[in-house]
Amino acid sequence: MELDVVGLSRLQFAMTALYHFLFVPLTIGLSILLATMETVYVMTGREIWKRMVKFWGTLFGINFVLGVATGLTMEFQFGMNWAYFSQYVGDVFGAPLAIEGLMAFFLEATFVGLFFFGWDKLTKRQHLAATWAVAFGTNFSALWILIANGWMQHPVGAMFNPDTMRMEVTSFFEVLFNPVAQAKFVHTVSAGYVTASMFVIGVSAWYMLKGWHIAIAKRSIAVASAFGFASALSVVVLGDESGYEANLNQKMKLATIEAMWETEPAPAAFNVVALPDQAKRENLFAIEVPYVMGLIATRSLTEEIPGINELVEESKDRIRQGAIAWDALQKIRDNPKDVDPAVRDTFVQNQHTLGYAYLLLSFTDDPLNATNEQIDAAAWSAVPEVWPMFYAFRIMVACGMFFILFTAVFFYYSSSAKLDRLAKDRRWILHIAVWSIPLPWIASEMGWFVAEYGRQPWIIEGMLPTSAAASNLSVTEVLLTLAGFIALYSTLLVIEITLMLKNIRKGPDDGRTESHEPARPVSTGAMPAPAE
Amino acid sequence: MILYELIDYSTLKMIWWLLLGVLLIGFAVTDGFDMGVGALLPFVGETDVERRVAINTIGATWEGNQVWFILGGGAIFAAWPPLYAISFSGFYLAMFVVLAAMILRPVAFKYRSKRPDPEWRNRWDWALFTGSFVPALVFGVAVGNVLLGVPFTLDPDLRMTYEGSFFGLFSPFSLLCGLLSVCMLVMHGGAWLGMRAGGVVAERGRRYGSFAAIGAIVLFGLGGFLIANGFVDGQRITSDIDPNMPANPLWKTAVIEDGAWMANYAAHPILWLAPALGFLGAFGALVGLQTRYEKLTFLCSKLSVFGIISTVGVSMFPFLLPSSVQPDASLTVWDSASSHATLFNMLVATIIFLPIILVYTAWVYKVLWGKVDEKTIERDNETAY
Repeated sequence: MELDVVGLSRLQFAMTALYHFLFVPLTIGLSILLATMETVYVMTGREIWKRMVKFWGTLFGINFVLGVATGLTMEFQFGMNWAYFSQYVGDVFGAPLAIEGLMAFFLEATFVGLFFFGWDKLTKRQHLAATWAVAFGTNFSALWILIANGWMQHPVGAMFNPDTMRMEVTSFFEVLFNPVAQAKFVHTVSAGYVTASMFVIGVSAWYMLKGWHIAIAKRSIAVASAFGFASALSVVVLGDESGYEANLNQKMKLATIEAMWETEPAPAAFNVVALPDQAKRENLFAIEVPYVMGLIATRSLTEEIPGINELVEESKDRIRQGAIAWDALQKIRDNPKDVDPAVRDTFVQNQHTLGYAYLLLSFTDDPLNATNEQIDAAAWSAVPEVWPMFYAFRIMVACGMFFILFTAVFFYYSSSAKLDRLAKDRRWILHIAVWSIPLPWIASEMGWFVAEYGRQPWIIEGMLPTSAAASNLSVTEVLLTLAGFIALYSTLLVIEITLMLKNIRKGPDDGRTESHEPARPVSTGAMPAPAE
Repeated sequence: MILYELIDYSTLKMIWWLLLGVLLIGFAVTDGFDMGVGALLPFVGETDVERRVAINTIGATWEGNQVWFILGGGAIFAAWPPLYAISFSGFYLAMFVVLAAMILRPVAFKYRSKRPDPEWRNRWDWALFTGSFVPALVFGVAVGNVLLGVPFTLDPDLRMTYEGSFFGLFSPFSLLCGLLSVCMLVMHGGAWLGMRAGGVVAERGRRYGSFAAIGAIVLFGLGGFLIANGFVDGQRITSDIDPNMPANPLWKTAVIEDGAWMANYAAHPILWLAPALGFLGAFGALVGLQTRYEKLTFLCSKLSVFGIISTVGVSMFPFLLPSSVQPDASLTVWDSASSHATLFNMLVATIIFLPIILVYTAWVYKVLWGKVDEKTIERDNETAY
C-alpha cells in the first residue's frame, strides 16, 4: 500500500474503525447481560443481582463512553476523507446511518443516563425498562451500521444515474433486506455477546482465584456462560452463513481467504496451512482437508468454487464492458439534455460494469482502446494480497472454535458446587479464563480485517474502487490528522484500561467490608450464601 | 412500487431543507446548553464541588443531546450528500479539531470523578472546557464561511477540489460569527445553570450568561449590519429555476451579487420574524437572567437560538453552500438533495421516529428534573459525575 492520500486515508480509516470496534462488541454484549441480570433482580427481588448490575454497569460505562466518543469519528470521516464516495453513494449509504441515529442511537444514549442516574428516581420496573432500552438501542445500532456495510459488500437495490453522476436507490427494501447485511448483523452481534461473556467469565474467574466476591462471581459466570455458549454457536453458524453469502456475491474474497489460485474439482478442499506466493500466483506449500471448503461455500458436493485465476479472467470481460459504459457516460455527461438516446441505452445496458472502467483508468487514459497488457494489469489489481486474508481468517476461526469449547466448559461447571470444585481442584481452567479475555477482541478485529481488506480494491464491491473514492486532500493534511488520532486514541486507551483495571480490582460492592482485601483462601470452601 | 410519488420532488426538497433546520436547531438548543455549561465550567466553579454541581446539571442527559450532532451528520449525508462531502472534506482540519474536541468531552464527563486526585480532575475540567468551547467557536466560524462563500470547485464528474487553507477559514467576519456562536451558547448555558443549579454556581451562571446575552445581541446586530451593507456578498441563481431538477449543481448558473443575502426579506417581509426572534429572545433572556423567571428565561434563550440559526437559513435560501470561486457549482436546495425516493423514505423514517424520540426525551428530563446543588453532590458523592 502506497502512502499517498488514498493509502493514508485507508490507514486512518482502518485504524479509527478497528479502534472503535475495541469498545463496540463489549457494549453490545454487556448491555444484554446487564438487562438479563436486572431482569433476574426484578423477578426475584434479590439485592445481590442489583449489585451485580451496578458493578458490571460501572465497567460498561467506562467502555461505553469511548465507543460513543470514537463513533463520532466514524460518522464524519466518510465526508472528511472519502468525499467522492460520499457524493457517489450518499443517496443509498447515508440513509441507514441517519436511521441508525433516529431509531437506535437516540434510544441508547438517552436511556443510558437513566441507567446510571435513575436508580432512586424510578420504580424497579421502570429502571429495568430503561436498561432494556439501552440494550435494544445498541443492538439496533449494529443492525443499521451493518446494513450500510453490507451494502458496500453487496450493493443491491441501486443504479447509477448519469444525470446526477451518482448511484441512487431503486429499492430501499432490497437495501434493508440485503442477505449479506442480515448475515453480518447476526454474526457481529453474536460476536459482541461472546466478547461480553468471555469478559464477564474472565473477570469472575479472577475473583474466584483470588477468593474475592465469590457470590457475585459465581452468579456472573452462570449467566455469562449460558449466554456465551449459545452465542459462540451462533457466531460460528452465522459466520458460515456469511461464507455462503460470500460465495454467492464476493467470490474473490472467498478465493483469497482460501488461497485458492486454481478452480478445483468439486467439492473443494480446505487449506489449513498454506504459504501463498502472490507473484507466482500459487501456494508454495499447503495442508488440505478434502471436501470441507466445497461444503461450507456451496453446501453441495458438485458445485465448483472458482479460483483466483479464473476470477481474474472473468473480470477482464467486465473491464472491457465497463470501458463501453464509461465512454457512453462521458457523452451523456458532456451533453446531458440532448444526447442521442442510443447512447443512454448503451450506458444502461453496461452500467453495472462501470466500476471496472475506473480500475482500468489507473492504467490508461483511454479505456476504449486499452491494450491487453493494460487490461491484464487492471484485472490483477482487483486481487487483494492473499496471505493476510488467509491467516486473519484462520486466526478468527480458531478463536471461534475455542470460544465454543471454552463457554461449553464453563456452562458445564456453572452450578455453585461445581464452581467450588473448579476453584479448588482445577484452578488452571480459571487461569485460562483470565488469560483468554483478549481473544474475542482479536477475533473481532481479524473478522473486520477479512471483511474490509478482502473487499479491496473496491470501496463498493464491483462499483467504485477505493482509489477513486478519496477526498482531494494533501498528504500533509492526512498525516496531521493521522498523527492526531494516534496521539489522542493512544492516550485514551491507556486511561481506559487503567480505569477498567482499577475498577475491577476495587470490585463490586457486595455488602462485605472485607471486599477490598484479599480475603480468606478459597480452600476453606464455599462462602455462605449472601443475605438475600 | 412508486409510493414516493405521493409527494413531489420539489416539496420533498423543501421539507428536507426545513428538517435540516430542525436538526441544526435541535442540536444547538439541546447540546448547545451542554456546550455553554462546559465553556462556563472554569468560571462558574471555583472549587471541585462547585464544578461538580455544574457538570451534574447536564451529567445524565448530555449523551442524548449529543445524538443531535451525530444525527445531523447522518441526515446531511442521507439527504444532502454533496453538502456532506464538500463541507467536511473542505473544512478538513477544522473538522478534525471539532472531532478531537468532541471526543474529549464524553470521556471527560465519565472519567473526571472516577478519581479524587485534584490534578486528574483539573485536567478533565480543561478537556470539558476545550470540548465545549472549541466546537462552539468552530461551528460559528464554519457558518461564517458558508455565508462568505467557500473556495471549492466541481469538475464534470462532481469531484470536488478545495482551494482554501485551514487558516483562510479565520477571516474577521467568520471570527465574528464564531464569537456570536460562543456567546449564544454561553447565554443558553447560563440560562440552564440559572434554572438547574443551586447556590453560587447558579449566581455565576446568570452573571456570565447576561454578559453573553449582551455579546450575542451586539454581534448578531453587527453581523446583520455587515451583510446588509455590502461587506458580505451573496449569490443569486441566474438560470431558470426548476425545483424538480435532478440533483446536479452544475445544471444551473449563479452569480455573486452584493446584497443578495437580503433579497428574501424584500420579497417576503414575514421572514424578518427570524432575526427579530433572535434579538427579542436574547433580550428576554437578558432580562430574565436578572429577574429570575428561570423557565421563561430558558425559553427565551431557546427562541433566540432558533431565531439566529433560522436567520442564516432564510437569508441564504435556496443556497446551502455557495462556492466563492465557481458560483455555478454552489450547492442549492434544488440541486444538491438526494433522489426523490431517498428523500421520501427518510421522511417516513423521520415521521415515525422523531415524535417517539421527543416523547421519551421529555420523559427522561422529567424524571431527572430537580436542582443540583452542593448538598446533592455530597449525598451522591459515589455515583455523581
